[in-house]
Amino acid sequence: MNSRTTEILVGLFMLLFLGAMTILALKVSNLTSLSGVQGYQVRANFDNVGGLRVRAPVSAGGVKVGQVSHIEYDSETFEAKVTLTIDEKFNQFPTDTSASIYTAGLLGEQYIGLEPGADDEVLEQDSEIGLTQSALVLERLIGQVLLNK
Amino acid sequence: MMDFLANSGRRYLNTLGSLGRASVFLAQLLSALPSLLLRFSLVIKQLFSSGVMTLSIILISGLFVGMVLALQGYNALVRFGAEDTLGSFVAVVLVRELGPVVTALLFAGRAGSAMTAEIGLMKATEQLSGLEMMAVDPFKRVFAPRFLAGFFALPALAAMFSAIAILGGHLVGVEVLGVDAGAYWSQMQASVDFWEDVVSGLIKAVVFGFVVCWIAIFQGADCVPTSEGVSSATTRTVVYSSLMVLGLDFLLTAIMFNV
Amino acid sequence: MDIPRGKITTIMGPSGTGKTTLLKVIGGQLKPSGGSVQVDGLEVPKLRRRDLYTLRKRMGMLFQSGALLTDITVFDNVAFPLREHTDLPERLVRHLVLMRLQAVGLRGSRDLYPAELSGGMARRVALARALMLDPMMILYDEPFTGQDPISMGVLLELIKTVNEALNLTSVIVSHDLAEAMSISDYVVIISNGKVVAADSPEGLRQSDSEWVQQFLNGLPDGPVPFQAAAPDYATDLFDIEQRS
Repeated sequence: MNSRTTEILVGLFMLLFLGAMTILALKVSNLTSLSGVQGYQVRANFDNVGGLRVRAPVSAGGVKVGQVSHIEYDSETFEAKVTLTIDEKFNQFPTDTSASIYTAGLLGEQYIGLEPGADDEVLEQDSEIGLTQSALVLERLIGQVLLNK
Repeated sequence: MMDFLANSGRRYLNTLGSLGRASVFLAQLLSALPSLLLRFSLVIKQLFSSGVMTLSIILISGLFVGMVLALQGYNALVRFGAEDTLGSFVAVVLVRELGPVVTALLFAGRAGSAMTAEIGLMKATEQLSGLEMMAVDPFKRVFAPRFLAGFFALPALAAMFSAIAILGGHLVGVEVLGVDAGAYWSQMQASVDFWEDVVSGLIKAVVFGFVVCWIAIFQGADCVPTSEGVSSATTRTVVYSSLMVLGLDFLLTAIMFNV
Repeated sequence: MDIPRGKITTIMGPSGTGKTTLLKVIGGQLKPSGGSVQVDGLEVPKLRRRDLYTLRKRMGMLFQSGALLTDITVFDNVAFPLREHTDLPERLVRHLVLMRLQAVGLRGSRDLYPAELSGGMARRVALARALMLDPMMILYDEPFTGQDPISMGVLLELIKTVNEALNLTSVIVSHDLAEAMSISDYVVIISNGKVVAADSPEGLRQSDSEWVQQFLNGLPDGPVPFQAAAPDYATDLFDIEQRS
């Protein structure tokens, strides 16, 4: 095998590798969309986050504007503390915006929906969203229906 | 009875001995790596034989694995009406698990065994002794370039395997079974994270590459220099690499993804 | 034993007495279990790796199989030591390689691969390669085994002329008596890891040692017994009958 041919084929091999990495980075994973680095963070407390997971989308009006970057349990308030990272582009959310946990479809992934309020001041880094609505837990819902009967 | 005890004792000591030799070998191998910076053409030649030559088997198996995953996944998901999540199912399974593992197993069978056989034959035909007598260190000239090339080729092949398998899944899932193309890709993007999934999968592949090449080159250099010795060393390479890959996969998965 | 500089020394002995091992010890590939080996005043087994490699550049070794690298051509094989150890321009390398190939008569075969060579040609190429760095000493491991009379003659002639022309020290390990005796200045016979006799070929022929005579004349029985060590023949046979 000619050493020049070898070099060319190895070069092609490297190109294929780069191509595969590009597909994996841009098409398969969400490297270009929000990766939790850029954007500002706001906190929201929920009584119950249900099946919400880190990296779940945060949307407003059905459009993705950010993602959940951190979930922890606050042992003082007995609530779940969720940190949301919102894209810098969307920095006009009023302070009285409310956050609710919804489920995509009956069994789908859970996400946070934001409903903008009417306040003049806007959410900034480390602001807190006061108005929250917890996840709809199916078992509890069924329980309530049965008890009210 | 005494024979049995003596035999198992001897086997135990032999295993310990070869483990020790393998460790010393690894240390020599690693210390020979810096010298390759000056002789990169040697690595390119080996990249050709371990990377380019393995490419076709990787791409073909990747395509089929992706298509099978889409078929099986679709049948399971459609019962819950969740066939839109097919993309995320296929991608997560491939990127985290099947990509690195299947690539490593195929690599051990194709490139690893070839490395062992080649080095074993070089030993059997006195080429390694010949190099030493010409004051050429076989570690620098023969072993280290193969190690570095294989160590790099495996993650690259794993990335290609995952990419082509996801395209194969798209082919079956979207074109044949009729899953919505937008849902296929967007569900995938929503559930696959570049750093947590793609990069951890590649880290796995890097570890597998290290282990498979180490085993393959060591078995070649340590074999009994006869045709029988070379053939049993080749078999050992495939068996040991496969076992190590599967064992390490469990360990790495437990470390990386225990949420 | 001593190996004189600038002469051809042959080490002979029955199979399995450690002749090849001796060569490997001289080349520093194996460590002796005892004793000392000195080459050019350097104690080989105690040399550090770097010094050993420097010493080896001044030694050539010819393996039984030739030990040519099978994935490159004859030309590249002969050029290999130069390219590894020096930084000479390619034109000069070509010049030097063709000179060596001309000397062994294989300039026309430069583009063949080692698999396409006969055993004798492979050894001649290996000799050209061993001469590449102008060594002071060449070790030959069984250079004559399995050769037809013509290539045997070629090899003998080559070893002799090369030795004279370059003032080399040659060490040959062999058990081809007549051939080795005909070109050697000095012959050492070893058996069971011990030197039995060491003399010029003439001196050996006149030796009165029973052992040397058995070896030189190829007698089947003598101090080296025909039978491997075993219990008495009759008892051995009888023993089996008793058991059955």
